Amino acid sequence: MATKLKPVDAVVVGVGLSGSILAKELAEAGLHVVGLERGRWRDTDPDFAMPHAHDELRYVKRHELMQDLSRETITFRNNTNETALPMRSLGSFRPGEGVGGAAVHWGGLTWRFLPWDFETRSRTLARYGSDHWPAECTSQDWGVTYDELEPHFDRFEYLYGVSGKAGNIKGKIIPGGNPYEGPRAREYPNPALKTAYAGALFKEAAEKLGYKPFPTPSAANSQPYTNEYGATINGCVYCGYCQFFGCEMGAKASPQTAVLPNLMKQSRFELRTRANVVKVNLDSAKKRAVSVTYIDSRGREFEQPADLVLLTSYVFNNVRLMLLSGIGKPYDPAANSGVVGRNYAYQTPSGVTLFFEDKVFNQFMAAGGLGMTIDEFNGDNFDHAWLGFIGGGFFQAATSGSRPIEVRPVPRGTPRWGAEWKHAVAKYFNRSFPITIQGACQSYRTNYLDLDPAYRDAYGLPLLRMTFDRHENEHKMSVWITNKAAEIGKAIGPSKMTVSPRTEKYTIVPYQSTHNTGGAAMGAEPATSAVNKYLQSWDVPNVFVVGASAFPQNGGYNPTGTVGALTFHALQAIKTRYVKRPGPLA
Amino acid sequence: MDEEGSRRRFLKSVGALSAALPAAAAAQHAGHASAKSEKYMFLAPAEVTFLDAAVARLIPADELGPGAKEAGVTYFIDQQLFGGYGVMAKMYRQGPHAEGTPQQGYQSPLTPQEVYRAAIAEINAGCAKQYGKSYDQLAAAQQDEVLRALEEGKFPLEAVPARFFFNMLLENTIEGFFSDPIYGGNRGKIGWKLVGFPGVAAVYTHLVEKHGVPYDALPVSIADILEGKAALDEHGHPKHVLLVRKD
Repeated sequence: MATKLKPVDAVVVGVGLSGSILAKELAEAGLHVVGLERGRWRDTDPDFAMPHAHDELRYVKRHELMQDLSRETITFRNNTNETALPMRSLGSFRPGEGVGGAAVHWGGLTWRFLPWDFETRSRTLARYGSDHWPAECTSQDWGVTYDELEPHFDRFEYLYGVSGKAGNIKGKIIPGGNPYEGPRAREYPNPALKTAYAGALFKEAAEKLGYKPFPTPSAANSQPYTNEYGATINGCVYCGYCQFFGCEMGAKASPQTAVLPNLMKQSRFELRTRANVVKVNLDSAKKRAVSVTYIDSRGREFEQPADLVLLTSYVFNNVRLMLLSGIGKPYDPAANSGVVGRNYAYQTPSGVTLFFEDKVFNQFMAAGGLGMTIDEFNGDNFDHAWLGFIGGGFFQAATSGSRPIEVRPVPRGTPRWGAEWKHAVAKYFNRSFPITIQGACQSYRTNYLDLDPAYRDAYGLPLLRMTFDRHENEHKMSVWITNKAAEIGKAIGPSKMTVSPRTEKYTIVPYQSTHNTGGAAMGAEPATSAVNKYLQSWDVPNVFVVGASAFPQNGGYNPTGTVGALTFHALQAIKTRYVKRPGPLA
Repeated sequence: MDEEGSRRRFLKSVGALSAALPAAAAAQHAGHASAKSEKYMFLAPAEVTFLDAAVARLIPADELGPGAKEAGVTYFIDQQLFGGYGVMAKMYRQGPHAEGTPQQGYQSPLTPQEVYRAAIAEINAGCAKQYGKSYDQLAAAQQDEVLRALEEGKFPLEAVPARFFFNMLLENTIEGFFSDPIYGGNRGKIGWKLVGFPGVAAVYTHLVEKHGVPYDALPVSIADILEGKAALDEHGHPKHVLLVRKD
């Protein structure tokens, strides 16, 4: 029997990147806010302290900061003809757990999606016609445009102290930045990170080929920075333990470094850790959320009434809670009806690895998002008319940290073990670097999330089931753009080069990217989206579902910058409109 | 610059640390350093013997220096199997179990502990049948033949698919060779010295733009810092000792 608690104004489910910002802002605006976090409290000290912070086995292979699958996982199958089986160990993606969520161990690349990304469907049809649209593709416009989101991108970048170089300020192209980006109001808050050797060689070759290379925007702050919340983020020391690690320097922007110092001082905010929300309770008409039910670390069940419910956990739990609670109609791929679970997408990463005989790169001197990028082959920045696919991705000479358990490239054809392997590892560990491609992934009728009929979590509740494979569009795109990256690689002059487009059947085993998207997609039409342009549930308007779960499809970038912008976009609508007059905003 | 030459110079300069010793001598040196302190928690003696032989083929001692056996990889695997990894502490274990497709990943109901115990017994039994000897008694070429057959799924196992065990063994061997020595492997930082990885990082702010300049530092481990063997800056980063280049 659940203990019923005193009502509050708002409950935030998941205290990560989005949840921490929303909680801080709404508490400051006068609301009583409770943050419910399934994991534990974590902070720079002591959780990311030296020397243990630099332990590759612990963080990369034993997943110290990541989801405990023994309690809850997902099930997976490539298509509906298969039986989904549980993801028993982490592989393809690494969701976080605990205060700060995956934004503790993220790599720090902070992009704005292109204006095209928000209007994928209408712009593709306008430029190429309906014949060009991929079969079964359900990618759509987001219901919000880049221009509407620009102030929110700006706010997030200034909150997180992003280091970069603007390429387009109010329509004026700025040399040294990304000429393809949407117009921005002003320069980045911090100058770009330094340039590693790999980036310098890439820049030179790319410029010779007529491209416009620029430094990758990164939330590893290039210098000490104090944000609007009064939090100071330190300057990066290029230690190279960034992605999959907490930052011992407090130099990588995260909830811990950028938001929590302020949030935890808010008198109207209360954080409850190890509070696992299992259901959002609705009224009898299923039109209003009245409370959430959660279970604490002693197995006690609590009901927390609230006027406003903000689902701000990772993609999977946002969607799962909607399904477990009956918020919105579940998607049915056979009937092509319903919306919750629809438009699940991912990423199509690929790359080129360059090997040299006579150059050392010290790729262990690194930072998350340290790299040199070109954006010529992203979004619709190039003519797709004769290519038979849509989308693209950015190319980056990446110096994000070489640690030898996971990052030890050898040329193709090298055996996986034995003396020959050992020689190749010894030779090339420090004489190679990658050009990585963050390929986009469209949404399709056959890719979706729903509740698994067989497998259960630690509370006996159904696991989320993922049905997913990349389609021909992604494979064609990956081959074409990866070959373009190989042209740059060749111009750099390596002795050997491995070109690895993504064309195989999707597998959940090797790590690819923690960029899962969709399932609670946003849009202008209730028939094809779970939330409106303000990330508000169409069906239960006092529930907002904030995060990459709202992406109707995934762009050719890391998603976090766009998640940050959507968070501030939703916040503005809640603060200026919803709180004054609760009800549907669209 | 002649990088092979620089590699030789590097090895010469750290000769006292065993990286440039002839393989046999290096093995002896490494064994002498810590074999005595090993107290196995999970593996039985026959399993230790098997793994010593197998990991020595996966990452052999050769002219570049010691291999996985000398790095203490068997002991590393023992410690991992006895700990959370060995019992799938953070993995989903509920049934029903089915083999699934290769794309669906780890589906065995067996924990890594159980996988090692079952697979090693089966492989030794298979070697006895085929060669009349246990795996560790085979010639190196035959040992490689068995490993290749496991890798290709041609040496059938009953408890788990052969490839599944081989991939687990290879992954754990690489982990043991390159992880921080605090876990019992990478003894003498053999793995890090082989590739030129400095281990626990120093502050590199002033170095990241020194393009193409080799960074020949003595690797620092977590244990070095806990034992007070490395000088630290105010944030706890070690101050790396650079090796002198002797041309």
